[in-house]
Amino acid sequence: MIWVVAALIFWAAMFWLNIRLSKSAQSHTRAVRLLVPAIFGITILVVWEGVVRGLNVPGVILPPPSAIAARISTSLPVLWADFVQTFVKGALSGYVIGCGAAVLVAVAIDRSPFLQKGLLPVGNFIAALPIIGTAPILVMWFGFDWQSKAAVVVVMVFFPVLVNTVQGLAAASAMQRDLMHTYSASYWQTLFKLRLPAAMPFIFNGLKIATTLALIGAIVAEFFGSPIKGMGFRISTEVGRLGLDMVWAEITVAALAGSAFYGLVAAMEKGVTFWHPSQRRS
Amino acid sequence: MSRALPVLTVVAAILALWYAAAVWMNATWTRDQAERAGVELSVSDILTDTMAQERPVLPAPHQVVTELWNTTARKKVTSKRSLVFHGWITLSATLLGFAIGTGAGILLAIGIVHNRAMDMSVMPWAIASQTIPILAIAPMIIVVLNSLGIQGLVPKAIISAYLSFFPVVVGMVKGLRSPDAMQLDLMRTYNASGRESFWKLRLPSSMPYLFTSLKIGIAASLVGAIVGELPTGAIRGLGARMLTGSYYGQTIQIWSALFAAAILAACLVGIVGVLQRVTLKRMGMDQ
Repeated sequence: MIWVVAALIFWAAMFWLNIRLSKSAQSHTRAVRLLVPAIFGITILVVWEGVVRGLNVPGVILPPPSAIAARISTSLPVLWADFVQTFVKGALSGYVIGCGAAVLVAVAIDRSPFLQKGLLPVGNFIAALPIIGTAPILVMWFGFDWQSKAAVVVVMVFFPVLVNTVQGLAAASAMQRDLMHTYSASYWQTLFKLRLPAAMPFIFNGLKIATTLALIGAIVAEFFGSPIKGMGFRISTEVGRLGLDMVWAEITVAALAGSAFYGLVAAMEKGVTFWHPSQRRS
Repeated sequence: MSRALPVLTVVAAILALWYAAAVWMNATWTRDQAERAGVELSVSDILTDTMAQERPVLPAPHQVVTELWNTTARKKVTSKRSLVFHGWITLSATLLGFAIGTGAGILLAIGIVHNRAMDMSVMPWAIASQTIPILAIAPMIIVVLNSLGIQGLVPKAIISAYLSFFPVVVGMVKGLRSPDAMQLDLMRTYNASGRESFWKLRLPSSMPYLFTSLKIGIAASLVGAIVGELPTGAIRGLGARMLTGSYYGQTIQIWSALFAAAILAACLVGIVGVLQRVTLKRMGMDQ
């Protein structure tokens, strides 16, 4: 009981602190903007720990954060092997192939307005479908190893990136195109010097959506069959053995990998589209 | 009408590619069978056989359509082999989860807009959570709730709710903040209370954003319900059809379940789209 009470007191104190911080004069400084969500996150962890310990929640239902942290530190090699199998081999290779193919196809169909008119609605439609359902089929075709996971990722990221790139290639204004024309620039010069750079904000929008999809695709595809490593495999087998601390450890790794991947793409975007109004400091 | 022709062309091209791929991928099996039987095959034999295998590597489109027709229109709805039955299982979980997720998302968004402390502490996490593969926790939710004695619809609905929750929060916060300072000032000169300016200004102007995120949310809900059926070896629902199909090599069954899911998703998104158009038109906000 003492744990629960302590957790509640901690929660109340931190809640009060956050309200004070957000109403204080410094609430617009960068430090406070980082501090407030950090306090909120820590509070959730502390309350979780306190409630689980205080109420004696069994570990097969909800392990406390300390048990998860202990599990992460003791099984680093396993987590690393799973990470390499799922993220580096499955998600990343599929992401590169899928996004690369989507950009190439977008540039190819860009020359034909007819194809564009036809492919955009179809692509938009397919992007809204539960593509994850192709996972069992692709696992059947490409075997249990990472190739099938990469294939699922390719299918999942292809259409969002394609649709965004086609939209982006249309982003350069008629005036800018006319200017390239007066310079007597060839099609390829216009493409590389004007239209691809102008399309970058749109392309990166698609690439950012695709980061999450890639990781989801790689993990869920492993539910349909996998060699004896991989994050999705570990999650589904450890759930079966009620080793929930290991499941949470994998989820932590997945969350960190997902955020880091997204952050990396967002950082690249910042470097490439530094000229865009959304990236400029106001 | 100018858009129908290109779209139809693209769809026809996809179908043609599909038939070609079906012939190419299924031909190996046909040749193996013929070799074992010691029969010489002509090209037309290969073509007819690859179109009508029982467990093809890639079923031809008409096989999938036949299977869809057989398992929807020609089976009783209550039958375990009817896709309508399985579709309804998945749909009910989707709709329940979608309702929970949307309701909770809108409430949290209102809290975020009206409380600065909540905004600063919750919003970064809500945005960050969109970069996390949330679907990975689906098996755990199912098993944990199962051990607590909760089975069937609710665990799947919780996964659906979780997936539709964050898009709605992020979209709704954007929408509730969309009135500009001028409009808010006008409300203040009218001496409107916080409640009045919420009902008369913020909520109406958030509608376009709400519907956009509802479209994303309902598609995500369906994915959540399908994935929720995978890890437990469920026997009912579209996800279960895919799983059993992949266990027994019933490729046609997988493809028909996949298409049923696709049609369901298209219908759900379409319904939200129609609602959006009607509502925004009544509110005078359509372009």
